Amino acid sequence: MKHEIVEKNVGLLAVLILVAISFGGLAEVVPLFFQKDTTEPVEGLRPLSALELEGRDIYRREGCVGCHSQMVRPFRAETERYGHYNVAGEEVYEHNFLWGSKRTGPDLARVGGRYSDDWHRAHMYNPRDVVPESIMPAYPWLFERTLDGDATPRKMRTLRQLGVPYTDEDIANATAEVRGQQEITALVAYLQQLGTVLEGTR
Amino acid sequence: MNNLWGDSLSSFWSAWIIVITLGTIALSVWILLSNRRTDKVPDADGNVETTGHAADGIEEYDNPLPKWWFQLFILTVVFALGYLVFYPGLGNYAGVLGWSQESQWEEEVAEAQQRFTPIFAQYQEVPIPELARDPEAMQVAERIYQNNCAVCHGSNAQGGYGFPNLTNDDWLYGGEPENILTTLNRGRNGLMPSWQQLGENNIENLTQYVLSLSSLEHDAERAASGESTYLAVCAACHGPSGTGNIALGAPNLTNDIWLYQAPGQSVADSVRQTLRNGRNGHMPAQAAYIGEERVHLVAAYVYSLRFND
Repeated sequence: MKHEIVEKNVGLLAVLILVAISFGGLAEVVPLFFQKDTTEPVEGLRPLSALELEGRDIYRREGCVGCHSQMVRPFRAETERYGHYNVAGEEVYEHNFLWGSKRTGPDLARVGGRYSDDWHRAHMYNPRDVVPESIMPAYPWLFERTLDGDATPRKMRTLRQLGVPYTDEDIANATAEVRGQQEITALVAYLQQLGTVLEGTR
Repeated sequence: MNNLWGDSLSSFWSAWIIVITLGTIALSVWILLSNRRTDKVPDADGNVETTGHAADGIEEYDNPLPKWWFQLFILTVVFALGYLVFYPGLGNYAGVLGWSQESQWEEEVAEAQQRFTPIFAQYQEVPIPELARDPEAMQVAERIYQNNCAVCHGSNAQGGYGFPNLTNDDWLYGGEPENILTTLNRGRNGLMPSWQQLGENNIENLTQYVLSLSSLEHDAERAASGESTYLAVCAACHGPSGTGNIALGAPNLTNDIWLYQAPGQSVADSVRQTLRNGRNGHMPAQAAYIGEERVHLVAAYVYSLRFND
């Protein structure tokens, strides 16, 4: 093949570039769609409750993922500090993933149960009240705003289409579970379940 | 322990990966060789071939790639093939070295255990009051404290609003070594119920009575009428004289330590708030996180804080 042909036909060049770079994805990503470890939940994994789901959306809205990862890598230094490394089966119901890529604050993949609810509330209201050297921003508005839960059933139906096993009952009760709750309550509920499926594995 | 990839790939997907990986390498080699030029020989007139590109009379020679450059390409191919022989990359083939993320992690952990287990085992043998006087052990213990406990109890262990001070001699659940060990290993749940149902008048009387227990400024009349309610309702946990009960984690009301006094709040207001809304103190169990050996060291550290003053 004369590379002149490729160089002088931008369309052909674009197609060939796409083919070339798709090889990586085809070999590294596509097989995972068909592998049990990535498609089947670990034992005991349950979908987030309506309140936890709203908490997760607050976590996303406030950009927590920008400073906190949720990815314990298989290194001793990390498993000593945070607990068992992440496994794919824990993430089956995650849409989208909140693994993050930056640790300005600590990893949160296994923060569930580490601290009391009161601690999380005090910490979110003003981090300096409990950790004087903290540089985390304060989130006082989470204590003033409440959830109406109007969109919760729609969110759960969408997630169900993506394979999260919510029952009709879960969806029917979602608004009632969420309505009137403080945003901080939802966020703490979300945080307190993080990484608790693999217990006692540190 | 769960593996990152417990199941191996099916043979189809294994073959899929192998074909694409090796195919890509083969394709690269083919492109490299098929585009290679070796002839650099001038023609009869002494002219070297040009690419035909010309700009302002400047022409571009069509010379072959320098040899060392070409060889670098070959080297990357050799490296890729070598890597695939030694490390996992081709489907289910594990590589000659048998390396995996899990095995590397397990080796690291085993090495650390070999190094640290004897040290911790040695400390485990020492009774807590004695260990608390061992400066080297306390250095180790302080690190563990700072990593796991300081988040709530503070780096100086003086606690904060809702988080007990560990440096004084007031202990919700007792300050003896075995009390501290139980608290650390199994956690604690302190529940003060809400007494809203008693009505605001009774809550005010009780507040004044509680203030009188620690000789703070109070309304004597209201305190007197609060006493009977206190004995009926509160004494079961806080004791008839208000000295608390370490079996339940019921605080002593006769000293000047108010765990739930928010910064800037008066004692009276904090007592009212507690009576109206209740409190729920939760100390998470630590054994599952740091293991009993480290708990033993941290218990000794907490015990040692009383020597500081």
